[in-house]
Amino acid sequence: MLLIPCPWCGPRPELEFHHGGEAHIARPEDPSALSGTEWAAFLYHRGNPKGSHAERWRHQHGCGRFFNCVRDTVTDRIVVTYKPDEKRPA
Amino acid sequence: MTQPFRAPSGGSVRGDRPIRFTFDGRGFDGFEGDTLASALLAHGVHLIGRSFKYHRPRGIMSAGSEEPNALVTVDRGGGRVTPNLRATTVELYEGLIARTQNAWPSVRFDLGAVAGFAAPLLGAGFYYKTFMWPASFWKRIYEPAIRAAAGLGRAPAAADPDRYLHRYAHCEVLVIGAGPAGLAAAKAAQGRVILCDEQAEAGGSLLSRLETTIDGVPAAAWIASGLEDRVTVLTRTTAFGWYPGNTIALAQRVTDHLARPDPGLPRERLWLVRAKRVVIATGAIERPQVFPGNDRPGIMLAGAAETYLHRYGVLPGHKMVVSTAHDRAWFTAFALARAGVTIAGILDQRQAVVEALLNQARDAGIPVWTGARVVGTGGRRRVRFVETEGGPAVIPCDSVLMSDGWTPSVHLFSQSRGKLRFDPDSGVFLPGVSAAEEQSAGACAGEFDLAACLAAGHRAGGGSTRTFSVAHEPRFGAPSRPSPAQPHAKAFVDFQNDVTTKDLAIAASEGFRAIEHVKRYTTAGMATDQGKTGNLNALATVAQLTGLTIPDIGLTTFRPPYTPVTFGTLAGTSRGDLFDPVRRTPIHDRDAVFEDVGTWKRAHYFPQRGETMHEAVARECRAVRGDLGLFDASTLGKIEVVGPDAAAFLNRLYPGDFTSLAPGRCKYSILLGEDGFIRDDGVIARVAPDRFHVTTTTGGAASVLHHMEDYLQTEFASLRVWLTSTTEQWAVIALQGPRAAEALAPFLDDIDLTTMPHMSVREGHFAGVPVRLFRVSFSGELGFELNLPADFGRPAWDLLRETGATRYGTETMHVLRAEKGFFVAGQETDGTVIPDDLGLGWTIARRKPDFVGKRSLARPDMRREDRWQLVGLLTADPAVVLEEGARVTGADRESLGHVTSAYRSATLGRSIALALVAAGRGRIGTTVRVPMPGGDVTATVTSPVFHDPSGARMTAAIERLPGRVTRNLVSRPATVPTVQPSTEVAMTLVPAMRRFNVRTGVNLAPPLRAAGHTALWLGPDEFLVLDDKPPPIQADSLVDVSHRTTGIRLEGPRAAWCVNAFCALDLGDFPMDACARTLFGKAEIVLWRRGETEFHIETARSYLPYVWACLEEARREFLPAAAPR
Ligand SMILES: [Zn+2]
Repeated sequence: MLLIPCPWCGPRPELEFHHGGEAHIARPEDPSALSGTEWAAFLYHRGNPKGSHAERWRHQHGCGRFFNCVRDTVTDRIVVTYKPDEKRPA
Repeated sequence: MTQPFRAPSGGSVRGDRPIRFTFDGRGFDGFEGDTLASALLAHGVHLIGRSFKYHRPRGIMSAGSEEPNALVTVDRGGGRVTPNLRATTVELYEGLIARTQNAWPSVRFDLGAVAGFAAPLLGAGFYYKTFMWPASFWKRIYEPAIRAAAGLGRAPAAADPDRYLHRYAHCEVLVIGAGPAGLAAAKAAQGRVILCDEQAEAGGSLLSRLETTIDGVPAAAWIASGLEDRVTVLTRTTAFGWYPGNTIALAQRVTDHLARPDPGLPRERLWLVRAKRVVIATGAIERPQVFPGNDRPGIMLAGAAETYLHRYGVLPGHKMVVSTAHDRAWFTAFALARAGVTIAGILDQRQAVVEALLNQARDAGIPVWTGARVVGTGGRRRVRFVETEGGPAVIPCDSVLMSDGWTPSVHLFSQSRGKLRFDPDSGVFLPGVSAAEEQSAGACAGEFDLAACLAAGHRAGGGSTRTFSVAHEPRFGAPSRPSPAQPHAKAFVDFQNDVTTKDLAIAASEGFRAIEHVKRYTTAGMATDQGKTGNLNALATVAQLTGLTIPDIGLTTFRPPYTPVTFGTLAGTSRGDLFDPVRRTPIHDRDAVFEDVGTWKRAHYFPQRGETMHEAVARECRAVRGDLGLFDASTLGKIEVVGPDAAAFLNRLYPGDFTSLAPGRCKYSILLGEDGFIRDDGVIARVAPDRFHVTTTTGGAASVLHHMEDYLQTEFASLRVWLTSTTEQWAVIALQGPRAAEALAPFLDDIDLTTMPHMSVREGHFAGVPVRLFRVSFSGELGFELNLPADFGRPAWDLLRETGATRYGTETMHVLRAEKGFFVAGQETDGTVIPDDLGLGWTIARRKPDFVGKRSLARPDMRREDRWQLVGLLTADPAVVLEEGARVTGADRESLGHVTSAYRSATLGRSIALALVAAGRGRIGTTVRVPMPGGDVTATVTSPVFHDPSGARMTAAIERLPGRVTRNLVSRPATVPTVQPSTEVAMTLVPAMRRFNVRTGVNLAPPLRAAGHTALWLGPDEFLVLDDKPPPIQADSLVDVSHRTTGIRLEGPRAAWCVNAFCALDLGDFPMDACARTLFGKAEIVLWRRGETEFHIETARSYLPYVWACLEEARREFLPAAAPR
């Protein structure tokens, strides 16, 4: 059971969280301006990297907030978590 | 009864406390402190069971949990039957009943032993080869026969009557294994320390080191010294699994060793320990030698014999042969000789042995042969002689002690994803690179010198470097390396699965190289002991056979559990009524037959005397269409959307136009995903310019809120709007039928129904109680939905029954909506359906520049003319009801779609169905065929609206109404059963109070309690305010949630313990007045610490019975002994 550090609540058990897919995929300002290919890329294409991965989590059964998390998909270690309006730490 | 093999002295069993037990129906006695194995050995009983495949007689090989042979079934009465227990770990208690397994009619005369003659058929890979042909024989003959003959104990047939609990625990240091290294680690560790050991007492190998002293203190006394209170010592507790985040699962056996356990105690407790650091001190497991006939009863590991002598005062035999390749076993021989055993010889495979050992053997009169080995054994049910090479041809004996050295127990280290390294010097795998916050110390790290183990443990526990002075400890060289063995049909490597060196040779000759393949082909290491004693011998043998090295062949994966764990322990309280929360609405009219909808119990239908379901549903349908029906819709999801940008937010999220929706009006709306497909639907009411009441389906309540929060927090974060779940705040009663307005009007204090058009909402009072009244219809009739504070739901229901309304359930609701062609999310939709498919294109505001899903709806695929569209189907035979899910086919049997809903319609006097059919709207009037089990059914495609296509009935204007009747409802709050009082942990329901969900940028905490209210922090800008009146707070959003949750107060020294039985939070780091929304089992709660030993738990109303019952389970062990439990 991972211990996930919520940026607002601190480390809390994985059970309280809900995974939300890859992070930093902003909804386009004007979706109607996008081609079908571009829209499909936004909607469906994800990185699925081996190693360091920025992903969204929601502290569903806690403060309810969404946040971002860099997790190593090989070791399952959480590198850093940060608020949604923050940049991915280097 | 005499115990002929009990030593005159020695051992820590209580000779003054005899215990009677039965084994295979025969009475025996043993002593307090014995295991089943030690007590049987004291009587000279070695034959314990028959082997898995060949039914060979098997005895006791070890003294611990690694035992592969001595498996028994223990019957504790009342259906408490546990198979496959190792006799070496079953503690004796008065009246214990144990049986052999896998033997018929008895372990002495086992007919299955003929399988031994069929052994050539059962070798490696026999599953794949012998029984392949003819195929039909496999299922009917081979498999049943093999299954009947082979195998271990039988699973009990009755339900397990025992109780099991879970517990979350946190500590700075968890020490696994209470041998010398583990004890040294626990004593050195700081902070909260948990020390666990699978045995009945701490000490490990120190328990058989009778003369050794540590720092001048006898080993036995050193064990407990310096273990302060902060060290939680858990004996009979196996660390069986390592999970991410340094979470270690421990199985604690609480009552199995007790003759009459306290019924308040669980049988076992699963500890989920989150440790900042773990010290692995799991020791090492002695390896058997691999020689022909090494499995006969009476052949035992040398270290086990020493344990039986020193801890239990039991001699495994009177005339022994010791067979080894290293020094340690010599000392076992000397100790047994001193205890009066005749050592018939020591066979050491080494050519050269240190002089001191040879001298000591000579002094003790023990014959010694170096460069010698056992090459065969004899004896039917017990070993009677060994044949040797390098020694006498035959040595008579009644037992053999063998030792091939020790294998470090690296199981947990490997589970922690640590990388093992092969140590060529010792020939074993040792912990290499760590992946978790852990450190291995002692024998599990390859260290076998006691002083070094103590020092390593001390360091691993966090202590500074120090030395331990160890005295009166024999000095011996390193243990021997695993030695490969020659292929032989009776030289066993894996005793539990009956795998021999010959099987390994077959696998090697057939080209298997990787140990993972050899393992699967031969089943070596795949039994319940997971090859604890045999895996390394198998590796060494395969390496020799293939000419490869052990690292080349690889190591099989170590998987949890380390030793078998009973399912009851894993399930804990998640069984029966507590498997899932059972949620009831505030109305829950028990006259209904209920159905499960998610975790809710919903009224399915209300049968009258003698009615079938169909009769009841037909009557209920006629009542709604012709008169008046009453329906409990409380499970509908509800979300309060509040803020100046509320309309703008809904505009972006839903396809409809909400800016133009006037306060007091409602809009039906479909919720789309970004992919354009339908997720959910519901009615959205604008209660005030900045306040909307959004409804969702019952099943969509949580996911819609999640979806909304997702967009609000991440994409539309600039909008000033806040969401509050109010699902449980409101009880919802639907009043549907031509008489609805007339029946409702008298009870409305301040709402004029004649001013309420279809799809409108009013706030006012119903029989003196605040109501949010919707004029909406899911039945197609004139109808209303009353949203009342939950405590008033049932009284309002009872009052409305006085109008003569007919109660109806979900089945009638479904028939009525199907007659109207209203879809149900999840029934007509499957994640690929868009609004236009259902004829609901009109709900989309085309001129809006954007909303979630809009871009996807513009995809060419969404405009294809052959998309599946919702239509009605009328069967040619009106009595035939189609099957939901049945295919709809065309003239050439081509698939056109499928039936989504089908019912008997009392209104139409025939069956009806809804279906998704390719280009369905264009097929109206045509005929399709629906394959059904009895043959094709012909049906005509129609409009999906079967009843009142114009909608005139539900939109009718309301005129002339009867006068008002003054009634005042009395609330009916949630109740719970009375509880047993306990000073250890008292539990009470908190009296009703006002609660408000407050959203504000102003931080209300601290101070937590100000101006007479308590503000519980739930998240940034979100507070739950407990107060008797609306709090004097400048709030961005203020929603009354007084009825949404109920409070439980838990008080007493064991309060935190009970919370941690279901809640994973670290309450050692949860100070006074801390609060958190969190999980409690499968329920969401708000936990607030009101004092060192006092907690307040807020639970959603429908989860109260579940949370309450869970706490009752946790409290049971702390109730006064006299209380019924
Ligand atoms: Zn949080």
